Amino acid sequence: MFPNLYGIIAEFDNPESLLDAAHSARSAGYRDMDAYAPMPVEGLAEAIGYRSSWVQRMVLAAGILGACGGFGLCWWMTVVAYPHNVAGRPLNSWPAYVPITFEGMVLIACITAVVGMLALNGLPQPYHPVFNVERFSRASRDRFFLCIEATDPQFDPNATRQFLENANPLEVIDVAP
Amino acid sequence: MKPEDQESTSVAVLDPGPDKIIGPGHDYGSVTDEIGGVVFRPFLRTPPQMFIGFAIAFLLVNLLMVAVTWLFLRGVGIWGIMIPVAWGFAIVNFVWWIGIGHAGTLISAILLLLKQDWRTSINRFSESMTLFAVACAGVFPILHLGRPWLAYWLLPYPNTMWLWPQPRSPLIWDVFAVSTYATVSLLFWFTGLIPDFATMRDKAGNPVAQKLFGMLAMGWRNSAKHWARYQKAYLLLAGLSTPLVVSVHSVVSFDFAVAIVPGWHTTIFPPYFVAGAVYSGFAMVLTLAIPVRRWYHLEDLITMRHIECMSKVMLATGLIVAYGYGMEAFMSWYSGNQYERYAFVNRMWAGGYWWTYWILILCNIVIPQALWSRRVRMSIPAVFVIALVVNVGMWLERFVIVVTSLSRDFVPSSWGMYYPTIWDWSTYAGTIGVFLALMFLFIRGLPAISIFEMREVVHHAESHVEPTHVP
Repeated sequence: MFPNLYGIIAEFDNPESLLDAAHSARSAGYRDMDAYAPMPVEGLAEAIGYRSSWVQRMVLAAGILGACGGFGLCWWMTVVAYPHNVAGRPLNSWPAYVPITFEGMVLIACITAVVGMLALNGLPQPYHPVFNVERFSRASRDRFFLCIEATDPQFDPNATRQFLENANPLEVIDVAP
Repeated sequence: MKPEDQESTSVAVLDPGPDKIIGPGHDYGSVTDEIGGVVFRPFLRTPPQMFIGFAIAFLLVNLLMVAVTWLFLRGVGIWGIMIPVAWGFAIVNFVWWIGIGHAGTLISAILLLLKQDWRTSINRFSESMTLFAVACAGVFPILHLGRPWLAYWLLPYPNTMWLWPQPRSPLIWDVFAVSTYATVSLLFWFTGLIPDFATMRDKAGNPVAQKLFGMLAMGWRNSAKHWARYQKAYLLLAGLSTPLVVSVHSVVSFDFAVAIVPGWHTTIFPPYFVAGAVYSGFAMVLTLAIPVRRWYHLEDLITMRHIECMSKVMLATGLIVAYGYGMEAFMSWYSGNQYERYAFVNRMWAGGYWWTYWILILCNIVIPQALWSRRVRMSIPAVFVIALVVNVGMWLERFVIVVTSLSRDFVPSSWGMYYPTIWDWSTYAGTIGVFLALMFLFIRGLPAISIFEMREVVHHAESHVEPTHVP
């Protein structure tokens, strides 16, 4: 709809103003937006309408899978692949499998936590339009940004700019796609 | 003195004292600049101590290369190991290094879950320590194998011999525990670094550094949605690492406790090993943090409160270790078993290594009691010396467990002494070199303090201070 515009970004110098702006943008009906802060800010993701619990679900599933894998490996090695009769003791000596079962769970769950988090975040991502804004490099230092994206049905270059300016930002900048 | 030097020394004066975890007057920008500044200092303005330290460490790395090459050519016979003492320095050093690594995970995971905000400025540092210590630890069992180039036989993989590792053996548990621990430590460390890589990318003046940090940051753009998932993943990693770290040293202790050698076969080993690991790890964090905060003038980020908290953890875990020693002595008497009793007599006066036991008691139990005094905890030189003493003491503990116990087991005809050779010492010193060299490179090349978490500390400090300004 706006081929020359990814969105409009407003810059703030403290997390509280960003949080207020995010809340009012959400109540004004904007949906396609993102906030940027140099550290996690409590409530900010919720304020821009983010809801997801996929990371913990993936990690839970991976943990169960890893534990089954660890146990299964031990069982298979000692019962199927290389059965070894030691003084008539049972082949399926499950108490001895506990450490490897546990390590398997932790290993697969941790790898999934990191890889899953990156995948859900769409990283690695070599290019993103917000980096076209020169001042955006301070998002990793001491500035806080709110970007309303042009894909939002309610987006209008003039009205949205006006809306963001009402939130008392330091600056409002157009983001090239 | 040049003006920039004056500025940096004035920062040193700003140590906020024992109650604060961050110096006064810091904002989001200033913590970013101070920590990032260490990495972006011009090469020649690196503190001279770093060059000297790295040079010494690098010499030791070369010593390790020589020792390992000779080992590969001649086999483990170049070490002092012989029956009955087949586990010499290699296993002592393995347990010692793994233990040192544990404090890093404790600081980054357990203290995160316990919401101890003082961990923030030392967690990155100690996570790196974990990573490098585990790398040094992993080298030893492999070198000790006899045919180190066949180390992959330890892993379960389909092979033409149709042989599989024995998963009922603690030695195979060790393979899984240590490799999982190394992988998870690397993931934890790297995940923590991603937002800081983004900061470094945005701060970098030179295009090569910008490209390098940019690749490592993988396009991290500080989006709130990303942060939400990031925090969830980080918390889950911490929650999973906490039982992991306990399991790793427990499994290491099973290597001994499951065997029947008197002095090894005790149920107290797992908790006592874990406490000992944390004890030696905190000693190592202090040994490294004290010089670095001084060389780079980070006294306002690593404050006296950090030093004091770490000293207290050291004192507490030291007392758990002391309880472990006491229990070992008590159980050897209470068991009524002549071999158990003799193992202790051997340790304390009868064997050839009795003096190592008493130095160990002096280093691990007697000297660290000085930390009860606040004046000692507040004195940097005193804490530094005690940390060094504990490092030595914990190494001796492993020596006493491994070597003294093996040297005299059930049958006097099979007793024998172990004397380390020059190659034992070279390999040990060499891994210390690897560890220090990696630490020096890390401090020079990557943000040694977690920048984004320090911004959170600033944020909390601000929101806590504000109400007092309201009339």
